[in-house]
Order: sequence, then structure tokens, then C-alpha cells
Amino acid sequence: MPDVDVRLEGVTKRFGEVKAVDDLHLEIQQGEFFSLLGPSGCGKTTTLRMIGGFEEPSAGGISLGGGDVTNLPPYRRNVNTVFQSYALFPHLSIFENIAFGLRRKKVDRSEVQRRVKESLDLVDLPGFDTRKPTQLSGGQQQRVALARALVNRPRLLLLDEPLGALDLKLRKQMQLELKRIQQEVGITFLYVTHDQEEAMTMSNRLAVMRHGRIEQLDVPERMYESPATEFVAGFLGASNLLEGQILDRSSELANVGVAGGSTVRVPTARLDGQGPTVKVGVRPEKIKLEADEGDPPAGWNSVSGTLRVSTFVGVSHQYTVNGPADSTLTVYAQNLGAEPAPREGERVRLLWRPEHTFVVQPSAPLAEWEEEQ
Amino acid sequence: MSVVLAQETGRGPGLAPAGAKRRWTRLVLPVYSGLVLFYLVLPILVMILYGFNASGPKRVSFRWQGFSLFGYTHLFAKPDLTTALKNSLFIAVVSTVIASILGTLIALALVRYRFRGRGVSDFVLFMNISAPEIVLGASLLSLFVSFGVPRGILTIIIAHVMFNIAYVAVTVRARLAGFDRHLEEAAQDLGAGPWITFAKVTLPLIWAGILAGGLLAFALSIDDFVITNFNAGTTQTFPLWVYGAVKVGIPPQVFVMGTLIFGFGVLIALLNVVAQRRRA
Repeated sequence: MPDVDVRLEGVTKRFGEVKAVDDLHLEIQQGEFFSLLGPSGCGKTTTLRMIGGFEEPSAGGISLGGGDVTNLPPYRRNVNTVFQSYALFPHLSIFENIAFGLRRKKVDRSEVQRRVKESLDLVDLPGFDTRKPTQLSGGQQQRVALARALVNRPRLLLLDEPLGALDLKLRKQMQLELKRIQQEVGITFLYVTHDQEEAMTMSNRLAVMRHGRIEQLDVPERMYESPATEFVAGFLGASNLLEGQILDRSSELANVGVAGGSTVRVPTARLDGQGPTVKVGVRPEKIKLEADEGDPPAGWNSVSGTLRVSTFVGVSHQYTVNGPADSTLTVYAQNLGAEPAPREGERVRLLWRPEHTFVVQPSAPLAEWEEEQ
Repeated sequence: MSVVLAQETGRGPGLAPAGAKRRWTRLVLPVYSGLVLFYLVLPILVMILYGFNASGPKRVSFRWQGFSLFGYTHLFAKPDLTTALKNSLFIAVVSTVIASILGTLIALALVRYRFRGRGVSDFVLFMNISAPEIVLGASLLSLFVSFGVPRGILTIIIAHVMFNIAYVAVTVRARLAGFDRHLEEAAQDLGAGPWITFAKVTLPLIWAGILAGGLLAFALSIDDFVITNFNAGTTQTFPLWVYGAVKVGIPPQVFVMGTLIFGFGVLIALLNVVAQRRRA
């Protein structure tokens, strides 16, 4: 078990009447790439700012490497931050920007020289030291911000949606780059984002936040394959949810009767503490779409519906199906080019393996200010 | 006259080719701009010119008596005038420094914090700028008199600081409006305490605003007449001396000093532009 690097215990932050962060408990391990994921206003940035020292918690404690830092100012914490706006000092050269932290620590001249050069190499910007921040592109500024933070060898690096301002292609490239750098330097990264794909690409573990609380905390694969709540299921990609009653949970696979008369089988272990009414779901890429003829194959869950919309995306087809009881189901079918695509208006059958069925706890509906994902 | 003739004998405006007409309208903006600029610099040109006016021991000012460098070679020939100029420079420098510091702090407070009395402070700044000088001067005088403060350099400095603060505060506040607060957070994040953060990040970034406000304050102070006249007592400043001299005639030294002060201002403005260019 690796050492715990960051520990939040019962951290609460109130802004007037609003609880931005509500009784948060969190442990992040040494050397981990951890992401806080959630819609805007979920409290993820406030959490990050409290760890960085820019906000003081209204209640609870924060410890860093075993030492309590709850009330320490930012300049007394061994933490560095990459800001969303980069916050490079416009009046200083790239060299002086990166050297800023080292100069505060009175690191000697030749050491500063060496470490700045080293960190510019790390972010792949050698020879940029004499330029000014305004002469750099957004992606380059982003790298300088990263170098400026990492050169101090902090115990923990905080990243506040650092890729938000970059275009999609550059963002994808920087995601891989960040992951490489994190593995190279071995520093704990705490990454805040509202982009679920970004979080899943880079993180060892991630937590989905909502209304100042953690909805679920897990490794990306499990979070995606078996989301715990309706909100998490919806936030991490498209999901198809059906409401049903547990009919029988005696064997390894339980039967759930969903609206419209079909029976869906679910691994019984996933129904622990649930019922009798449950919501079951399946990810769109797990579903096989075929014409609704004859009996469905044994060992598959099957639901019938009418194909409403068929969209060709290139790598895949995306289908929208009107399922039982007014439900709308989404299917992604890889473009293998083998079978003729079903046409709109046709009766279709959706097939998936029982082990791909997940069970979620119902969430409160989205508030108006929450982002739709 | 010849233009009119040319139009009458040659082609009338209706017959002129389209190109010629367009060429004529193209001149309107440059001519108009030139006239406005001329209007703005004319008094300055007259001042510079009269600095080279030949005048003997007699004080005759507003008549051209031939080119001479007398004003420059005998710049400090009039001790009263020299003392007045020294007073003015001293008052301008001291009041500018004090007003720049206080004005900058007010601007920081107004932009950064929400506090009781913020609206009132804002309003007082505006009032200070918009109030007639004569009112400020007279009321300040009655204040000094009722408190029994002897009028002199000190009261002039107090008066100048009073009207300069608002100009500095307004200028610096404009500069602060686009200031990214994350820059200060970044400095703190990198280990800089509040003072180092102010010295290394905040101050360099608002310096141009403070300098602009300071220059404005200096210019306002060195040529202030109305408020100074109320609060000077027996102290002479440059504008007060010149005003007194008008009745008997202005010696060329006055124009030379005016030219030098103007030249100094232009120099600073140019240096500022160069510094900004290099920074960008």
C-alpha cells in the first residue's frame, strides 16, 4: 500500500449560504494521477483551491504528506499549481518565469540555470528561455506553466483544467504528454476537469463530484463499466437506463423485469442493497443491433424497439432507438462494413451480454445550472 | 482668387472627371487634421519662439525684437524667478511622489476589496476632479486660516497632494481593471509572500499606470495657479511669478523655462513609449 500524500477529512466550504464543498473525505496516494471530475459548480475547483491554499475550508482538515496544512498560506505549502489561465508573468522572460519559484527558495545561480534548462527540456521547449510569454502560442504557454510548477519539485501538483483553452487536437496531444511527464517525474498530480474523456485517459483513479460531494471514486474502467449512480452513468459517456422490478435474485444472474415486458439479466452481486425497483443500464457500444425476427439468441439480454435515427459518424454508426415505455436508447456500432445498416423506421432488437448490465442508484434530476454532458 | 478664376475659365465642377473630384475629397481629412494639430501646438510654438526673443534690460514681451539667445545665456539672471521655479519644482516633485503613493493605494483598495464606504470614496474622487478649482482653493484657505496654519510651501504641497490623488487613483484604477488576479496567486503558489508578490508581480505590472498618473500629477502641480494662489502666503511659485510679471512685461527667461519644462515632459513621454515598446 503506497503512502497517502493528500488527505481531506470532512472538508466543507461555504460561500454565504451556498455549500460549495460538503463534508468531503478524500485520500490521494503518493505518485498517483488523480482526477476530480464534474460539471461546473460541483465544487471541484474549490476543493483544488483549498488544497493549494487559496481558500480556507469552513470546516475540516487537509494534510499533506502527513503534515496539517489546513490554515497555511499558499507560499508555505509544498504544492504547485497550473492555472487554467496559465497565469504566466507577462513582464518576465520564460526563463525568469520558470526560475521564479527557485529564486524565492534562494537556490544558487548555477543550480537555477541547470534546473530551468532541464524543465524546459522536459516540456519540449528547449531554447525558449529568452522569449516573453506573449510571443508563445497557447499550447506553448501551457507547457511553460507546467515547467514553472514542476521545476520546484513539489510534493503535489494541482492542475485546474489546464487544457481547457486549447483546441481539440492539441488537447489530445497534451493529455498524452501530461501522462508521460507525470510518469517521468513521479510527482502526485491532482487534476480538475469537466471533460470525462480527459479524466479517463490520464487518471489512475478519479472521483466524480456533484453538489460538493463525491458521487463515486474508482479507477476509470470500473467507473465507466459500472457507474454507481444515474448521474455518474450520464456524466461518463452516453448510457441507456431502464427502470424495472427485481423478479428473482436466487441464482448468479438475477432477473429484472423492465417496462415493456422484457426481462433483463444482471449479475446478482450488483443488486446488493437495492430493490425492489431498480434502474439498470448498458453502454451504447456494448449493444448489438439486429432485425427483430425470430427468437433472440440464448444468453443475451434483449430489448425490442423501433429505429428512429441512424447517423453515420465514420468509424461507427450511431443509432437512436425508441425502446419500451417511451425510453430512448443509443447504440454505437463499429463500422465493420460487413452487414447492411438497418434503416430508419424498422423494428430492431438490442442485444447485450448480462455481465455488461450495470445497476445505478437514482439521482436527483439535473438542476438548471448544471452542464448537460 | 486665382482658384476661382481657374474654375470659371476651365472646366466647371460638373464637368470635372470623377478622379479629380475624389482627389479633392481625399485632401479634406489631412487638411482638417493638420489644422487641429496646428491649433493644439500653436501656443507651444509661440512659447518656444519667444524664448529666442531679443530683449534688453527692459521688460517688453509681446513684440518680436529679433532673434537672440539672451534668454538661454541669462536663464538665471532674475533671482526672484529662479527661486519661484525652484519652489515649483520642489512642490511638484514632493506632491507627485506623495500623491502617487496614496493614489495607487486607493486604486488598489477600490478595485480589490468590497468595503463599507467604497461607494463614498469613489464619489469623493469624482467630486475632487469635477469641483471647480476656485472652490477647492478658497475652502482650503478657510480651513488653513481657521486652524491657524501659516501659509507657505507646506500648505501648497498639502493642496497639490489633495487635487493630485484623484488623478493618480483614476489612472491606476484603469490599469488594474484588466489585471489577472491569478498572477498574484501564481506568485504566492511559487513561494512568494505578500510583499514579494507585490514587489515582483503587482508593482511591475501596474507601473506604467502609476507613471502615467504621476506625470499627470506633476504637470498639474507645476502649472497650478488658482489653488496655489489661495494657499501660498508670501511664497512665490513659477505660475504666480509669471502672473505678477504680466502687468509689467514677461522676460524671455519665462518662455525659456516653459520650453525646458515642456521639453522635459516630452522626453519622459518618449522614454515611456520606448520602454513600452521594448517590453512588448
